[in-house]
Formats: sequence, C-alpha cells, structure tokens
Amino acid sequence: MSELRQHAEEIAEQFSDQLDVSPDEVEERLENLVTEYRVPVDEARRSVINSYLDDAGMEREELGRGGSEEVRVNDIDEDEQWVDLRVELVELWEPRSDAIAQVGLLGDESGTIKFVSFDTSELPELEEGQAYELTNVVTDEYEGRYSVKLNRTTGITEIDEEIEVGDNAETVEGALVDIQSGSGLIKRCPEEDCTRVLQNGRCSEHGQVEGEFDLRIKGVLDDGEEVHEVIFDREATEELTGMTLEEAKDMAMDALDTTVVAEDMAGDLLGRYYRVSGPTLGRYVLVNDAEEPGQIDAEAALVKARSI
Amino acid sequence: MSGSAPTREVARRVFAREFNDAGYTFKESDDERAPVYSLLPTGESANRVFFVGTLTEKEDVGDDSEYWQGRIVDPTGTFFVYAGQYQPEAASTLRDLEPPAYVAVVGKPRTYETDDGSINVSVRPESITVVDATVRDRWVAEAAERTLERVARFDDEGNEYARMAEEEYDLDPETYKAAALSALEELASEGTESDAGDATDSADAPEA
Repeated sequence: MSELRQHAEEIAEQFSDQLDVSPDEVEERLENLVTEYRVPVDEARRSVINSYLDDAGMEREELGRGGSEEVRVNDIDEDEQWVDLRVELVELWEPRSDAIAQVGLLGDESGTIKFVSFDTSELPELEEGQAYELTNVVTDEYEGRYSVKLNRTTGITEIDEEIEVGDNAETVEGALVDIQSGSGLIKRCPEEDCTRVLQNGRCSEHGQVEGEFDLRIKGVLDDGEEVHEVIFDREATEELTGMTLEEAKDMAMDALDTTVVAEDMAGDLLGRYYRVSGPTLGRYVLVNDAEEPGQIDAEAALVKARSI
Repeated sequence: MSGSAPTREVARRVFAREFNDAGYTFKESDDERAPVYSLLPTGESANRVFFVGTLTEKEDVGDDSEYWQGRIVDPTGTFFVYAGQYQPEAASTLRDLEPPAYVAVVGKPRTYETDDGSINVSVRPESITVVDATVRDRWVAEAAERTLERVARFDDEGNEYARMAEEEYDLDPETYKAAALSALEELASEGTESDAGDATDSADAPEA
C-alpha cells in the first residue's frame, strides 16, 4: 500500500461516523496536494483533515482516531497521539484554572501519568481509586514530560478491576562520569515530613536546624549518546560503596570534614560502568538495583561492530 | 522535544588517534561564555570526552606551581592530559599514581597552537580514577562501536558536523573505522589468550 493510500484510509476511517467519504476520494485530494502542488505529506494530511472537519462542523479535538491504540502510560513517548488507556485514578489535584475540570494522576501497571480534562468537554467526573477504560485521549508533552488530555470524544467506562499501579521503573546503563554536589555524607532537616538536604546547616524551609546524617549519591551515567541522572539513597549507596553511614561519620570525624566521604566514593566509583534500575522521579532514576556489567564479550562486540 | 531542560554535555567516546586530529574548535553561539566544541573528524561535536587507557608516564611540567602532564595510551595512540591548580583532584591523582596503571578520564578537549603553527589537542581532566582491565576492555569496545556509528552516519544528508569536518579537515573517516576495527580485533584475540590462561575457571564453568 502506498504511503498516501495509508493516510487516506486512516482519514476516511476517522470521519466514518460523521461524513460519507471514501478512501479513494481522500487519496485523490492528498495526491493533488502532494504531486501537483508539492506540499509535504504531513501538511497535505493536515489540510485535508481540516477541510473535512469544516464539512462536518467539528472541532479538531472531537476527531477520533479510527481505532486508537491501547497503550501503557509509561510507553507514551510522543505527543498528539490518540490512545486508549486502562487506568486507575491515583489522585486528583486542585485545578489551577477555571477552564480545567479535573487534573491528577492516572496509573497502570507500567507507572503513572498526569491527566487533564477541560470544563468545555463536559465529561462525567472521575473518582479517586476507581479503575476506568478511557478511549480517545490525546497525549501531550511539556519539557520532556508526558501527560494525557481528555476531550469531548473521550469514552469513559468504569471497570471493576484492581489495577496495581507501577512505578515507571527504568533501567539505564553507562559510565559514571560525575558525582554531583550534595553527595556523600549529607544532613537532612529533622522536621516532620521535611527531608530537605541542609546547606550550611540551614533548611530552605525551616532555617537553622540540628540535622540528621544521611548518605546519598547523585551521579551521572553517560553512555556516549545520552546522560542519565541517578540517585542512590542510603541503602543503595551503602551497597554500592560498601561504606555504612556509621563508617562515613567516623571518616568525616577523623578528617573534621564531611566532604572527604564524597571524595573517597568518587575515587572508587567514577569512570566505572554501571547498569541501574529503579523508579523515575522527574529526570532522576532512583536506584533500587545497581550492578557492574562485568567482562565484555569481545567476540560479540566485534561481530556487532562489523555489521555497523 | 525531550531534553529541553538544561542538559549536561554528553561525554563522547573517541580513540586517541581521532581525538588528536580534532584540532578545529567552534562555538554554537556568539556568547562569550558559550561552550567550546572540538570537531571530531568523523563528524561529531565534542565538549566532553570519556576514555580509559594506560597511564604510562607522568611529569610535573609546571614552573611556579604544579602542572601535571600525563600520557595515557589506548590501542590507537596517546592522550595527553594536563592538570594544574584548577583541577586539584585530578592533579593530586596524577601526583600520587605510579605508572603503569589503567585510568578512566572524564575531561574537556583543549587545543593550543605550537610555535611552528601546528595544533596540539589535549584533555583538561574533570576526574581521573584508577580502574581495572574489565573497565578498559569495555571502553575499547564502546569507543569502537561509537566510532563506527559516526563513520556510518558520515554521508547522511543533514549530518552538519560531518559536512563541517569535510570543510575543515582533509581526513578520511575510513582511517578511523580501520583503527577502531583493529582495536576490537586485538581485544578479541587477547580475550582468547587469557581464556587459555584461565583453564581451571573455564573447565568449571559449564557452557552457558
């Protein structure tokens, strides 16, 4: 099937409920734009869709995608895709604008994703803790983070199902090329529910406080193509370095300086390769498991290299 | 676009032979503080590199204050690293190390013009750490793969750094491909030898 034919069939399918258009007719219009008028295919597609939207008296957001695909929330990596989800409403947040009806987090086994529904879409209200099958939602992206928008055409079906919401776990691999400031032996604010890391004995929220010692590493894994920021909490740091919090405190005490701990760790860890996995939080991977990948299989690497 | 948040520069994997040919540097904006990139002859920009090799010599070449020079060898050539008072950790590592030793280096490319007008390329290290042969072997394989990928992309339409490399250098990317492949071949044949030395180990291990 030609590329244009494929677009034509998709477009005809999208309007099948509202208009009587055949794929042939759509293909002809696309063909005219692309071949006669040298319009790029994407633009031609857009233009043809817009003209059918006019014919049908529809808004662009009302346009369903013929059979949008059911996806996992953590697999969403492109914006403006029409997708179906099987999700639980994990939590609702306070809308910051009157135009927003509901905003919050949806989750499935793969992880969680932000959703927004708008007042103008006049959708039924979703409830926290309830599982739903949502059809025809649109993906959106802001600064590398994805969300979904509900719209007038979104189908909402309550489903009687327990969904175990996942943690957006990710595995990344590379050389540890940097250990950032705020690593090693740190102090955290002791106030209830505040775990901020102190800067010169001060918490940005609670001011001068006594502080509780903790261990952590904020590192950068780099595979030569991409960088990933990773955080090892106390447990992961102890496991990686073999140094316990108590040993780190002793070391700092001997040196009368807490920074020696991070320096010592840097000497042992920088420049080595690690494969880590754990949930993602913003741009960080919170490390649950870390391992060194071990001896390279040079024969396999050679076979792969020859095929490049 | 993902990655529109402020991003850290990736550390390129490049063998010494290609790195030392990367004498052309440029900026992506007119801002005085904009990062400087060196142009790899295989068509890539490099603001940071990561490499692993054998430290074979070190010398304090400073006049008034310490300024350490290290020679770090990979299968294709030698990297020169220089660390002084502004790279205290790297300088103290070089001061303390006894060559030969496997080291991993994260650093920034630096170029300077010699009296005879040729361009020397060196590394200003952000970190130097001692590693073992496993890490060194993994890096050789990785650097070879990345190099071959760059050579494979060289003729792609829209590969702006490759076009820049054609403009600025008279260097054939195929030579770096050959160097990368021979580094890997060497690694693969070393592997067979050390397997033979570890006869007890391999006898215990059932075929996986």
